[in-house]
Amino acid sequence: MDDPGERAFVERLKAGDEKAYETLVREYSGRMLAVARRFLRSEDDARDAVQEAFVSAFRAIDRFEGGARISTWLHRIVVNAALMKLRTRRRRPEASIDELLPRWKENGHPVDAPTPWSAEKLVQQDQLRRLVQEGIDQLPDSYREVLILRDIEELDTQEAAETLGISANAVKTRLHRARQALREVLDPALKESV
Amino acid sequence: MLTCRELADFLMAYLDEELPDEQRSAFEEHVRICPPCVHYVDTYKETVRLGRDLCGDAAEGPPPEDVPEALVQAILEARKRG
Repeated sequence: MDDPGERAFVERLKAGDEKAYETLVREYSGRMLAVARRFLRSEDDARDAVQEAFVSAFRAIDRFEGGARISTWLHRIVVNAALMKLRTRRRRPEASIDELLPRWKENGHPVDAPTPWSAEKLVQQDQLRRLVQEGIDQLPDSYREVLILRDIEELDTQEAAETLGISANAVKTRLHRARQALREVLDPALKESV
Repeated sequence: MLTCRELADFLMAYLDEELPDEQRSAFEEHVRICPPCVHYVDTYKETVRLGRDLCGDAAEGPPPEDVPEALVQAILEARKRG
């Protein structure tokens, strides 16, 4: 962190300046809520995760060394808070992803031969964003969280593995299946009309 | 010769350049003669791009302004309680 303004701001936080805390919350809560919403389907859970993330950050501010920007530091904290929340919500065994994966004949050919996607449909940004978000929401949690960390949060395989407490190989396997499943979910809406 | 199913299984490793030379050649040979697999590879890559471009920070632009004041106050209260 080489921004003198940000360094001074962190010093105010460390000194317990309540005005600085309010600025921190007002400045960063919007972005943090957006991140929490990616992981958590319930708005109440997303807000709880943001609150829990700020409480963790307040407790840890004395140990914040300034190696990262505040925004990056808070981002990591809210990702962890959202993942923690997701785990506590996972009371029942999750649905299998198999239903969403491509289907194959015994000879290894696809049951439904893939066709191109429509360039026209791929430029309708707002509709497309909703479609992709709804598609991601259909994935079982253990696949969805890997896809979000790798393809949306853009963590590398090792970082995602450490964040989730699973092996790098498990991250790769789940990511590939999650992408395949998402492709299947999007396919009917995006393929070229015949 | 790879089957279409094997090609789909190896696709991520191929894109990440993690396939050994022999498998890589078999993959590319299959793609040369199988149009449906070309479409599969293209739409798989498009799926990854859509997630990154439409759902990440860059797509969301400025932070949402719909943070409820009640949430801000709850966080500040939690701060005061320590």
